[in-house]
Amino acid sequence: MSNSSIPTSTTGTPLVKRGLAEMMKGGVIMDVVTADQAKIAEDAGAVAVMALERVPADIRAQGGVSRMSDPDMIDSIINSVSIPVMAKARIGHFVEAQILESLGVDYIDESEVLSPADYVHHINKWNFKVPFVCGATNLGEALRRITEGAAMIRSKGEAGTGDVSEAMKHIRTISGQIRDLSAKTEDELFVAAKELQAPFELVREIATTGKLPVTMFVAGGVATPADAALMMQLGADGVFVGSGIFKSGNPEARAKAIVKATTFYNDPSVLAEVSRGLGEAMVGINVSDLPAPHRLAERGW
Amino acid sequence: MPAPIGVLALQGDFREHRQTLAAIGVESIEVRTLSDLSKSTGLIIPGGESTVMQKLAVAYDLFQPIKDALKSGMPAFGTCAGLIMLADQIIDGIAGQAGFGGLDVSVRRNAFGNQLDSFEVDLDFKDVAGPAVHAAFIRAPIVERVGDQVEVMSKLSDGRVVGVRQGNLLGISFHPEVTGETRIHELFVSMVQR
Repeated sequence: MSNSSIPTSTTGTPLVKRGLAEMMKGGVIMDVVTADQAKIAEDAGAVAVMALERVPADIRAQGGVSRMSDPDMIDSIINSVSIPVMAKARIGHFVEAQILESLGVDYIDESEVLSPADYVHHINKWNFKVPFVCGATNLGEALRRITEGAAMIRSKGEAGTGDVSEAMKHIRTISGQIRDLSAKTEDELFVAAKELQAPFELVREIATTGKLPVTMFVAGGVATPADAALMMQLGADGVFVGSGIFKSGNPEARAKAIVKATTFYNDPSVLAEVSRGLGEAMVGINVSDLPAPHRLAERGW
Repeated sequence: MPAPIGVLALQGDFREHRQTLAAIGVESIEVRTLSDLSKSTGLIIPGGESTVMQKLAVAYDLFQPIKDALKSGMPAFGTCAGLIMLADQIIDGIAGQAGFGGLDVSVRRNAFGNQLDSFEVDLDFKDVAGPAVHAAFIRAPIVERVGDQVEVMSKLSDGRVVGVRQGNLLGISFHPEVTGETRIHELFVSMVQR
C-alpha cells in the first residue's frame, strides 16, 4: 500500500528528503556491486548501501567513461535488502537521475566518481522527489549543491585510493570555513557570500546556526576503523566506505568493525579491539602519487 | 526534574530528540552505557535504522539490560525505528531481527514503500490538545496488529495505526523531533514524571 490513500499528504518535501539523511546519522553507508555484498553490508550493520557496478578503485584501475549502473543490477540490490539503497548518477546527467528515481532508489548520489556529463552545471535537484547527496571539497561547493537542492552533503575525499588525507583536508576545510563564518559580523557576511560563491541567505543561516542545514557525511579513502573514527571525531555525521570494504581481505569482519568504530569513535580501547585481526586492508594509492587528471575530487563546480 | 531522560545514542537522530527535550526545559543524557541507562528516568529510542540499532545495542551490552528495564516499568518513547524496537513482533525484518519489545503490537517495517513514498501529513493525537500534529513519515513503519492492552493514540485518515501506548510505553511511526513538534515529548515527560 502506498500513501496515495491519504489525500492530504505531501511527498518529496525538503523535510522528508533531509530527514532520511538525519536517520542515517552515526552510521556507515557501504558501496556494493552485487546483491550478495548488499546482504553482507546489511548484516554487518550498514545504514544504507550504495549500488554501483564498479567500486571507485576499479573505476580508477580500468579507466574509460564511467556511467550509471544497469537498472537490473540496481533492482537486484533493492530487492535483496531492507535498508535504504542509493545509486550514482553522473554530475549534470539529469536523465540518469530520472531513471534512478523511476527505479525507486532511496537516494541519488550525483557523483564525481562517475565521469561528469556536464562540466558547467549540476543537476537541478529541486525537480526530483527523490533526495540527492552531493560531494563537496569546501563550504562554497557544499552551499552551491544545497542551493541546487541537495538534501545531504558528503565531503569528497579522494575515492578509490584508501588514502584518507583528502577526506581529512575536505572536512577540516568545511568545518573551518563554518567556524570562520560564525565569527563574522553581519556586515562582513555579504563579502563572505561573494567569496564563497553562495547565496547570502544561506551564508547568513550558517553563520547563525554554526552548521550546515543538511547532514554531512565523509567519503573518499576511508579504509580502516581508525579512519572512520577519525572522521567522526572531526565532526562528521557518518561515513561512506567505498572500495575500503570489499577490496579488503575480510570484507565481513571489516564492515562490522567500521560500523562499531563509527559509533564508539571516542573510545580508543574499543577501536583497538575492533582493529584486531581484520586481515589486509585495501592496498591503496597515495593521493600525492596521482597525476592531476586522475583526481576525482576536482570534478564538481 | 531531578533525574534526566535518557536518549539512546547508538545511531540515528538522537540529537534532535535532545534538542526537543531542551526546548521544553527537560534535561537529557545520551545513553551508550549501562551507567548512562541507570541514571535515566525514562528512555527515548530515536529514529534511525532498527537493524543497526539492534546490532549496536548487543555490541554495547545494552540489549538485555534495556529489555529488562522496560519490563520492570521504565517509561520509554520510540519514534519510527524506535517504535520497531519497542514492538513485540516485527514484520518484514531481516533474519534474526528483534527489538527490546514491550508493546503488544505487530509493526511492519518500511510499510509505505521506498523514500519516494515518504510524506508529511497532519494528524490528530490522543491526549494532545490544540492544533493537529504535523507529522513526517520517513520510510516509516505502521502498526498492523494492536493487542488488547494497547491504546491507539493516532491513526492516518485511512485508518492505519501510527501511534500506540501501553502503560509506560509510547510508540509512534513518525518524527516529531524533526518538525519542531514538542507536545508528544511533553506527553512522554508527563508519563515519566507521573
